[in-house]
Amino acid sequence: MYSEKVMEHFRDPRNVGEIENPDGVGEVGNPTCGDMMRITIRVRDDVIEDIKFKTLGCGAAIATSSMVTELAKGMRLKEAEKISRKDIADALDGLPPQKMHCSVLAADGLREAIGDYRSKNGSES
Amino acid sequence: MEKFIYLDYAATTPVRPEVVEAMMPYFTEKFGNPSSLYTEGRNARGAIEEARDRVAASIGAESREIVFTSGGTEADNFAIKGIAYANEKKGNHIITTPIEHHAVLEPCHYLRKRGFEITYLPVDEHGMVDPADVERTITGKTVLVSVMHANNEVGTIEPLSEIGKITREKGVYLHTDAVQTFGHIPVDVNELGVDLLSISAHKLYGPKGIGALYIRRGTRMEPFMQGGSQENNRRAGTHNVAGIIGFAKAVEIAEKEMVSEAKRLAELRDYLIRGILERIEDVRLNGHPTKRLPNNVNVCLVGAEGEAILLSLDMEGISSSSGSACTSGTLDPSHVLLAMGIPAEIAHSSLRLTLGSRTTKEDIDYVLDVLPPIVKRLRAMSPLGTAWGRK
Repeated sequence: MYSEKVMEHFRDPRNVGEIENPDGVGEVGNPTCGDMMRITIRVRDDVIEDIKFKTLGCGAAIATSSMVTELAKGMRLKEAEKISRKDIADALDGLPPQKMHCSVLAADGLREAIGDYRSKNGSES
Repeated sequence: MEKFIYLDYAATTPVRPEVVEAMMPYFTEKFGNPSSLYTEGRNARGAIEEARDRVAASIGAESREIVFTSGGTEADNFAIKGIAYANEKKGNHIITTPIEHHAVLEPCHYLRKRGFEITYLPVDEHGMVDPADVERTITGKTVLVSVMHANNEVGTIEPLSEIGKITREKGVYLHTDAVQTFGHIPVDVNELGVDLLSISAHKLYGPKGIGALYIRRGTRMEPFMQGGSQENNRRAGTHNVAGIIGFAKAVEIAEKEMVSEAKRLAELRDYLIRGILERIEDVRLNGHPTKRLPNNVNVCLVGAEGEAILLSLDMEGISSSSGSACTSGTLDPSHVLLAMGIPAEIAHSSLRLTLGSRTTKEDIDYVLDVLPPIVKRLRAMSPLGTAWGRK
């Protein structure tokens, strides 16, 4: 039911871990729902210089986390926060319908990390 | 050759070659319709009646008390709706448990929308029903008690004979879903004291698409399918002749091997449980420690998610099952684990491994080698880390 791309990211997820002293942190989901994700970012000149994730969840949750970090790395904040759940799902060659909420989690996690960075730095865009 | 270790025998089993062989003639040269009066029809009829005798004898029933169905789900639907509709004048109350298979829960849910009252008995932390609760719950309006013989997820074997004594005394029909036990541990309708019992062939190395419902003589039942007069007007439709023959062959083999196979599997089961508990931290065994199916292992590997464990095992060539939300097709984890009082965040980490005829000690050793690093990797990837659950 999963695409080969999803399985590849599940097998070999990119950017797993946690950035020390990150510029922004996004934490979404909760263990009761079975999905939880933490994204940390380092930002230089409005560009996501580094990004890492930690995720508790199913195959799709791990693959979408991995994909969102791959998409966002090196992007300007303005563009990164426009990454939609569809962008993530498309980049993974699609997700089963009942797994679309996992891509929501990943997109939200990234946006929350960017929001956290902005609130700490007082910049609006 | 790539490894293939099948550990999901509770889901289905491979059909035995002897069973396939017994079935084959009934697709081709012995293709007659058992309802036809000429020789070919009579031969097919004779064969299914012999099969019926075999299935009946294996559970201590009379042949005419066996109705062949398309499988366990149909047998459960037949039992519950058949009793409910035929006994509406007596009452509209049904007692069951929250850990039943969906093939029981959904018909009950359906009847509830049509004016029936359903009581769900509590289960303890092992998924065990207390017979005293059955006694307490029965009212003058109760028409049926349905309690599974053993649970398909956690393997707990329910105290059916004690419940049977109570329902007998109170004059209430008792149904049991014996799909997980039949062919694996002794099932006797009189010892269990049941009036209705569901069984399915594909759980005991028989074909899919064939099962049976035992209906004790004298039980007031509505027929399940209307049409021809097959199965004494109780279940219309041309017989699945090859399926019935295969079912009986599977039963014959299961009867011969049951005692030794149950012993062999129980030893492997305990070896696997011990190994998991020794090699992985923060593990919870689900289901009763001793009163459980000989082939069932169900654990929560706290801090890892069930589907991710399942996929990781699959990459190592191992087929397994999980009660996490992601494998149940809903957003909630297994209704069985939740009913046993296991918190959702722990239930999401469940893994079921069910053993069978092809399982060897080498297979178990292989699982014990690959599972710990899988759990370690997933826990390391989790924002909650490895210490979660030890609080």
